[in-house]
Amino acid sequence: MSERRPVLAVIGAGPAGLAAALAAAARGVRVMLVDSAAEAGGQFYRQPARGLGARRPEALHHRWRTWERLRAGLDAHLGAGRVTHLTDHHVWCVERDSDRLVVHSLLGPQQTESVAVRADAVLLATGAYEKVLPFPGWTLPGVVTAGGAQALLKGGLALSGGTAVVAGTGPLLLPVATGLAAAGARVVALVESAGPKSLARSARAWAAAPAKLAEGAELAARLALRRVPVMARQVVLEAHGVDRLESVTVAALDGAGRPAPGSRRQLSCDTLAVGHGLLPHTDLADGLGCRLDGPGVWVDAEQRTDVPGVWAAGETTGVGGATLSLAEGHIAGRSAAARLTGRVPDPDGWAPAARARDRLRTFFTALDAAYAAQPVRWAEQVTDETVVCRCEEVPAGAVRDAVGALGAGDLRTVKLLTRAGMGWCQGRMCEPGVAGVAGCALIPARRLLARPVPLGVLADPAEPPAAP
Amino acid sequence: MNPLRLVRARPGVPFTVTFDDREIEALPGQTLAAALWSGGVTAWRTTRGAGRPRGVFCGIGVCFDCLVTVDGRPGLRACLVPAAPGAVVRSQSGSGHDE
Repeated sequence: MSERRPVLAVIGAGPAGLAAALAAAARGVRVMLVDSAAEAGGQFYRQPARGLGARRPEALHHRWRTWERLRAGLDAHLGAGRVTHLTDHHVWCVERDSDRLVVHSLLGPQQTESVAVRADAVLLATGAYEKVLPFPGWTLPGVVTAGGAQALLKGGLALSGGTAVVAGTGPLLLPVATGLAAAGARVVALVESAGPKSLARSARAWAAAPAKLAEGAELAARLALRRVPVMARQVVLEAHGVDRLESVTVAALDGAGRPAPGSRRQLSCDTLAVGHGLLPHTDLADGLGCRLDGPGVWVDAEQRTDVPGVWAAGETTGVGGATLSLAEGHIAGRSAAARLTGRVPDPDGWAPAARARDRLRTFFTALDAAYAAQPVRWAEQVTDETVVCRCEEVPAGAVRDAVGALGAGDLRTVKLLTRAGMGWCQGRMCEPGVAGVAGCALIPARRLLARPVPLGVLADPAEPPAAP
Repeated sequence: MNPLRLVRARPGVPFTVTFDDREIEALPGQTLAAALWSGGVTAWRTTRGAGRPRGVFCGIGVCFDCLVTVDGRPGLRACLVPAAPGAVVRSQSGSGHDE
């Protein structure tokens, strides 16, 4: 081993990144923890801004003790100089530089200045973002993603208006609805397109993960306590309003997944928090040439990608929640530390984490099948006038023309013919919706840069400081 | 109940930002999106094509719906920019570079 401690750049300070940083720092590696937020925690443990002086932040969180352990561990390593936490650093690219890697970040909300750090290896813990399938009215102000509503609440203690509907599909909707209700919003309904039958089909998976079952039951009990009606196998068909949201139309789904005749009703609300699951952030992995496996980054049993020196953990490898992220992060951190310090990784040492990982991956595969299969016919409800690409304002009719009259058969051709996906967000918001309306397979787009970068920065990127 | 009471917040001294010539109260640490959202403002931009109103959508910096002009600089994501005392926030139309 050389005198210089090897440097591991961990990108993302959510559960996976924190678990990885702690595991690696404890085993002889110097960790650069690079994260876009001002405070560690990621989306799951998003912290109220310090200036808000929250004395009981746990009221908006789950598994607060785990967070306290992570926070204490991070503080200890920061104090000992084993971890450096680079906050407000939005990583836009990781590139190979001979045998090392360079991590490029844009600073703060202005995003005009870039800094670079050099590392011997990189661990991607970049998490996920929300998938929202379009429907008439989804661009109205007052409609936010379910995770967005939660982020505004957890980070900014912000609620808008007083009457909310939480809708879509997936396990995230439960904590969002309970959080909004606890914070004082009147949650008129939780509208879940999956039905009790399909959820029951995954009962075996639930039984295999009793902690998850207990968590779901606790959330359901809290909803009942606050008298939030859960409307299963129903969907929001349309959001109404002129300049802002005023109401939504909800309908029950029939056996074929179509709105049942006579089941439509209108609910007044000023906020709609909507989500249809999460999508892994894979841009940095893509830029490095890592192989994807479905929507997430492919990893081996040690959480290594197929690119040497690049590990991945947490939602970026496939969406599965915070506990799975902690297990994957722990394994990735230990594996990276061993390999960077010239030791042979010892899977026996992380056997409990590996068992938790296997169990939870099985659980989430079953859960995904129960939820994701549900909005099968949503695209039929998307009118030709409905904007599907929010940035470029491309209506569904234009996408249908591209497929029908112009013969586009894949997402890339649809994009070239309609500009859907060419706007500021680079298709992150519209990709699943455009694919659904077009009837194309959803193949994650290759984005070599993880966020928009000023041309000046691209032309003259920052150089990393000389190796320590 | 409100979010501040729920977490027993003792925020620092509130301040104001101006939003299209009216005063909006913000708390230290809140982003502009959080301050506007709490203040009941849901739209602060109109789109380039149809001129439709937009505000915060994803809340975490991915969607670019919440673009706003701050102290004369257009195209900033309100969900990332911390509110600062006296900041002059203006609704943005089009790309923000048209005026």
